[in-house]
Amino acid sequence: MVSGLFIIITSQNYIKKIVGLAIFQTSVFVFFVSLAKIIDGTAPILNSTNDVYSNPLPHVLILTAIVVGVATSALGLAIVLQIYKNYGSIEENEIKKVELKENN
Amino acid sequence: MNIFLDDAPALVVVLPLLVAAIVAFIPSPRLAWFITIVTLVIHVLLSIELLTSFSSFGAIIYEFGNWPPPWGISFKLDGVNIGLQILFSAFVLIATIYARKIFLSEIEPEDSGKAYSLWLLAIGSLNGIILTNDIFNLFVFLEISALSSISLISLGAGTNRKALLAAFNYLIIGAIGATFYVIGVGFAYAMTGTLNMNDLIIQLTQYSEGQLAIFAGMSFMLIGLMVKSAVFPLHLWLPPAYSYAPSAVSTLFAALATKAILIFFVRILYEVFSIYNDYLILFLDYILLPLSLIAIFVGTIIAIYQDDIKKLLAYSSIAQIGYITLAFSIKDNSGVLAGFVHIFNHALIKGGLFMAVGYLAISLKDRVTLQSIEGYGQKFPITSYALLICGLSLIGLPLTNGFISKLYIFQALYINEMFLTIALVALSSALAVIYFWKIVEKLFFSSKGYKATSEDPAIYIPIWIIAISIIYFGIFSSSIVDFSSIASESLIKGGIN
Repeated sequence: MVSGLFIIITSQNYIKKIVGLAIFQTSVFVFFVSLAKIIDGTAPILNSTNDVYSNPLPHVLILTAIVVGVATSALGLAIVLQIYKNYGSIEENEIKKVELKENN
Repeated sequence: MNIFLDDAPALVVVLPLLVAAIVAFIPSPRLAWFITIVTLVIHVLLSIELLTSFSSFGAIIYEFGNWPPPWGISFKLDGVNIGLQILFSAFVLIATIYARKIFLSEIEPEDSGKAYSLWLLAIGSLNGIILTNDIFNLFVFLEISALSSISLISLGAGTNRKALLAAFNYLIIGAIGATFYVIGVGFAYAMTGTLNMNDLIIQLTQYSEGQLAIFAGMSFMLIGLMVKSAVFPLHLWLPPAYSYAPSAVSTLFAALATKAILIFFVRILYEVFSIYNDYLILFLDYILLPLSLIAIFVGTIIAIYQDDIKKLLAYSSIAQIGYITLAFSIKDNSGVLAGFVHIFNHALIKGGLFMAVGYLAISLKDRVTLQSIEGYGQKFPITSYALLICGLSLIGLPLTNGFISKLYIFQALYINEMFLTIALVALSSALAVIYFWKIVEKLFFSSKGYKATSEDPAIYIPIWIIAISIIYFGIFSSSIVDFSSIASESLIKGGIN
């Protein structure tokens, strides 16, 4: 989690920021899935031999969250593409320089 | 017909989302707009139906697929959100009427079908945020609304490429906020095994002593929601996002997006958290109250130094959100009441202001700055006077609804004997006069003798509807106050007491 957050904050490159975001989100997903694990638990299928099973709900939630994460990354990359077309760069400090020049 | 009415709580959310999928493929701006309007008229009718059934039967809990609450997702329409639901429905209709001409001039015609589609997605998901009773479902709606609003903001790149940077920043900060919220949901789920708000309240009572995991989870959730609702100091995404978005889009978001999330924020605070009184008081008194006061001053002072009027309004939004959270941080009925009153009033005020400025923006075909609007009071008198009314209301002049908000905030502070805070709020109101006066001076007191040009009724009629309702609710404030008192009572009672 923290390494993903660290990348988002420190990285100057917009694509790296999105990668950081993906790492951050994925680690939260893993956290959720780990909540569901029960020792000796199996898949939640009703049969006569197993009566201990993992909680399927967090998995389902994370399935939704993964979709959201993919959409976020896709939209982010689409915007980065547009930024590149408009500014000719995807480095935050270079774009800030361009902005400063424009303002003066 | 009755089948539809039974499902009204779901339909107000599902209908815009479904129609959004159709509208995306319509090339003609006019037809796309028309379908959007029809959808939103049905939306208003459904909201009115919800209001009538709320007033006769009380709170409605809608279970999706008839799964009983702890298992299935449910929507809850109770006193807390009924008022906002009505306001939301009415406002989005007016904003869409207004949006037609604005979209025509700011967005490429072939993109307008997609723009309306995103617009409907944002409306449906914001309505979901207002109604949902499931903490994970909220995350999904938060993300739908964030992604659709980011796309809408980046459409502003047609007029100014900075919109892309604003959209990207919002994406990153918003996604971090949402992920923080999900971490919180994870902790809450791990401890209680439920995602349903009502069930969560019941399950949490067994940890009434307080557990570290629950406090950690709740803190993550609150911080995530604070990012999303732009509570100071987590507001940095908001000013660029609002000021570079297409004008119609800033209208919708400035008026409603943060408010919908704030409603859920206070739900978490007062309904779920009410059992942990010590922690709640700690959070309200030592975190939310000081942050709100700083937000009010920082927002107002930065607004004074802005040249760009949309940016000025966005910073003033930070200050106004500060007023709302300040009112909510007073832990009694009068404070929460004042918070709700200000949510309603500020939605109207900021919506009206952004609408008026948006019209100036499309007639200027450039950024609206203090220099460029000089003398426009004579050139566009109808829009400018509406802007004047909204602005006076923002300051809190009597006979406008902004005055009612300030009155209730002062009253709540007075009841709780927070005299220092009263002085600070009064001072900040005086500061707000400065930035608004700068606009008025440029608009109306200028030597450039413009002739009045003809204005577009399709744009100024929605603006004036808002302006008149601002005066109406300033004089006959009882309806807003009634809705707010229902909201505050059911919120305070909503927790286990």
